[in-house]
Amino acid sequence: MTYLAKPKFHHPNLPKNDLGYTHRDYEGTVSTLCAGCGHDSITAAIIQACFELSIEPHRVAKISGIGCSSKTPTYFLGNSHGFNSVHGRMPSVLTGANLANRDLIYLGVSGDGDSASIGFGQFAHALRRGVNMAYIVENNGVYGLTKGQFSATADRGSKSKRGITNTDNSIDLVAIALQLGASFVARSFSGDKHQLVPIIKAAISHKGAAFIDVISPCVAFNNHAGSTKSFDFVREHNEAVNRLDVISSRMPIEVKYDPGTVELVEQHDGTTIALRKLDADYDVHDRTAALGFLQSHAAKGQIVTGLLYMDKDADDLHGHLGTVEMPLNALNEKELCPGQAMLDKFNASMR
Amino acid sequence: MKSTDISDPQYFHKVVDCQYACPAHTPVPEYIRMIAAGRYGDAYMVNWKSNVFPGILGRTCDRPCEPACRRVRVEEEPVAICRLKRVAADFKEDITERMPKPAQRRNGKRIALVGAGPSALTVARDLAPLGYSVTVFDGDAKAGGMIRTQIPKFRLPDSVIDEETNYVLNLGVDFRGGQRIESMKALLAQDWDAIFVGTGAPRGRDLDLPGRKEAAANIHIGIDWLSSVSFGHISKIGKRVIVLGGGNTAMDCCRSSRRLGGDEVQVVVRSGFDEMKASPWEKEDAQHEGIPIHNFLVPKEFTHENGKLTGVLFEKVKPELDAKGRRKLVNAGEPDQHFPCDDVLVAVGQENAFPWIERDAGIDFDEWNMPKVDKVTFQSSNPRVFFGGDAAFGPKNIIWAVAHGHEAAVSIDKMLNGEDLTDRPQPAVEVMSQKMGIHEWSYDNQIDLDKRYKVPHRDLTIALRDIKSEVELGFDVGLALKEAGRCLNCDVQTVFSAPLCIECDACVDICPMDCITFTPNGEEAELRTRLTAPAMNFDQALYVQEGLKTGRAMIKDEDVCLHCGLCAERCPTGAWDMQKYMLEMTHAGSSCRPPQRSAA
Repeated sequence: MTYLAKPKFHHPNLPKNDLGYTHRDYEGTVSTLCAGCGHDSITAAIIQACFELSIEPHRVAKISGIGCSSKTPTYFLGNSHGFNSVHGRMPSVLTGANLANRDLIYLGVSGDGDSASIGFGQFAHALRRGVNMAYIVENNGVYGLTKGQFSATADRGSKSKRGITNTDNSIDLVAIALQLGASFVARSFSGDKHQLVPIIKAAISHKGAAFIDVISPCVAFNNHAGSTKSFDFVREHNEAVNRLDVISSRMPIEVKYDPGTVELVEQHDGTTIALRKLDADYDVHDRTAALGFLQSHAAKGQIVTGLLYMDKDADDLHGHLGTVEMPLNALNEKELCPGQAMLDKFNASMR
Repeated sequence: MKSTDISDPQYFHKVVDCQYACPAHTPVPEYIRMIAAGRYGDAYMVNWKSNVFPGILGRTCDRPCEPACRRVRVEEEPVAICRLKRVAADFKEDITERMPKPAQRRNGKRIALVGAGPSALTVARDLAPLGYSVTVFDGDAKAGGMIRTQIPKFRLPDSVIDEETNYVLNLGVDFRGGQRIESMKALLAQDWDAIFVGTGAPRGRDLDLPGRKEAAANIHIGIDWLSSVSFGHISKIGKRVIVLGGGNTAMDCCRSSRRLGGDEVQVVVRSGFDEMKASPWEKEDAQHEGIPIHNFLVPKEFTHENGKLTGVLFEKVKPELDAKGRRKLVNAGEPDQHFPCDDVLVAVGQENAFPWIERDAGIDFDEWNMPKVDKVTFQSSNPRVFFGGDAAFGPKNIIWAVAHGHEAAVSIDKMLNGEDLTDRPQPAVEVMSQKMGIHEWSYDNQIDLDKRYKVPHRDLTIALRDIKSEVELGFDVGLALKEAGRCLNCDVQTVFSAPLCIECDACVDICPMDCITFTPNGEEAELRTRLTAPAMNFDQALYVQEGLKTGRAMIKDEDVCLHCGLCAERCPTGAWDMQKYMLEMTHAGSSCRPPQRSAA
């Protein structure tokens, strides 16, 4: 960790977004994680994504649980709403917040321990309900804060730093998310921001439950030979199915790639995702095929990354429940107590 | 691009912009850190070794280091390097014991120095401790040259000049004050082993305009007038004074006039205010003392009545570009302006003059009547005669004179040891890690926004009353500490080792200036456009290291690096390290000569 505050000086030619902010305006306080932690790269990617999307920081709620990953919301978007909740309980806190105020952008930040162990049930139900959020798991396969025990996402057969082999089967959060009906599922790698930043942007602009599993090497306890979540292993076994560019509604769409290799997907909020296919046969709109693809590659020891599934016509929890457009927390007495006549009418409908 | 070779001393030298810009290459960040630590004596000695006159330069230097200061690229004003140097001189303990001792044994070589200005005293400082018998001749009784005669006492008190010239003269130098050399031939006949000419540019340029002769009693040449003031021969001037010229001498003239009875002192310059040669801070100081500066006025005539000056007539001009794109001053089509005055000071430039060097003395002169001097060795066409300071290549400033002196001393030392003068010594270079602990560095790496601190000035009414009362009071210890904290420690270099890097991006993410990029290598011009922040300052190098596992290259733009060391703090493998780069110029002495082969 670093004890110094990052100097306020910035590069004189730093680009500004539509709001006149530089990416530095999206930072939080300086990270207290270990030097070189993959989570810090994800933090930087979130900063870059929010900067590029010209998001007003006060429109974001960042909610986390417990663990190294769940500390990171302090390190980005210092001017946003934040809630550092109980271990594994981020999804329910986020769901509650989302129900109360549907107008905010929800970033759920969690780790493999927080989501695949203590909060596995919470994780499942938030996705199942289609809460409108970007759910990011910073997945390092290890319990870093308690000095390096295997987590539930550690691959069977991988070795701990002390040389012990993992005998438990691992949970693939991406596969589970697909099964549970998440309408946007992606996997990326903290060491590849060119892939990660557009995925985060696409997830934020997606309406519905968007889940991103980001493999994030733990430099202190899980970056050795024999680990399947180390920088070297992930780089060697990374099988990216596609790359994307997120084009905001204000920008003209200029795609320079060969026809047939690019698919344009329009989102609810007017943004367009330009999907550059690296694997020509891969179809991001086929949930069952995605599951098969994942499992066959996992069997070969490959880590499939990229945007793996998206339902462009997805709806969210508010859509399912038919709630009003106005955020529930903004409804006042006039809307909530429509009067005796309305009550009588309602009661009559129940008879 | 190829991987940067950081073992080339020139690479990191250019990153330390202040030191690189200084003609004497004084290790600026090194002494600023010492000042911050309260080690004023040490800071003084670092300076003294490099530039010989820290107290004098700390008040009068032309400060080429300050426009170069990296702080300017991230904040408006550079670190007040010059005035911090003065702090070292003001607050140092007694350092006489730390000075070199006069040579125990003389080596039998005799060297004559003509003039006791900054260049000649530098030669004396470098050579006397080595055992050379050094004799300094000067027409004035006291040493210092133009430092003593032309710089007003309210900028540079005599006590400072006395102290610092004495440090040199006490090294066993034979000083012959009041003994002006009138003939080079006679000097050559005295059979010196080497002669160094540091006689400056002693002649002020005159303006031959109508009325010049008739009104001569009230028209004075700037530098002559300043030296008369300095020696106390002149203590009064008329109430209304016009100073012609826009250089630092003109600023000294107008400010001196203000103190000698000139109530309405005005400066008039030919070209624009912004093009004036005077340093911006000297113009500011003059204006602060209530002296207006009028521009685009070319003097036409000195007006006079009954043999007495009545004023100066000026033609109003404006700048225009001619067909070749050169800037020219043309008549602005306005009526001439008349400035009534009692005295005029002409400060329109200085010239070299060598009336005492006979043209058949064996020293070649060029078409501009300047001696032919080698730009590297400072040797003239007579191998025993060297030139330096303003005498070598025309008027410059003190710090250049010092740099010339060091080089001439190296030449003389090498020549008298039978070596090739053109084989110049390399600077001494040391690169050392500054890591003290996991997050501890041996320098203060916390960089804050902090504007430049102003040097306190003496109250104007008091300052204007006495020409000898120093205007600038210098930083006090507290202000000096704050100003020293603005230094970015550009000599503490970011050194990268590709084999240790795991490409985790931690340095890229933490760098406050977005200096670092990991990307496929390419040609420089194209590479500069696709960095995290485009590197558009082509004067500043890109630090390139190849050999990473992914095949990419690490590219660091040196331009706006704060040397905060956060890249090294966030690096999990120690691939980044902060290493202090110390470059010291090699002066005369054994280290400037190639190592002797041992007898065995």
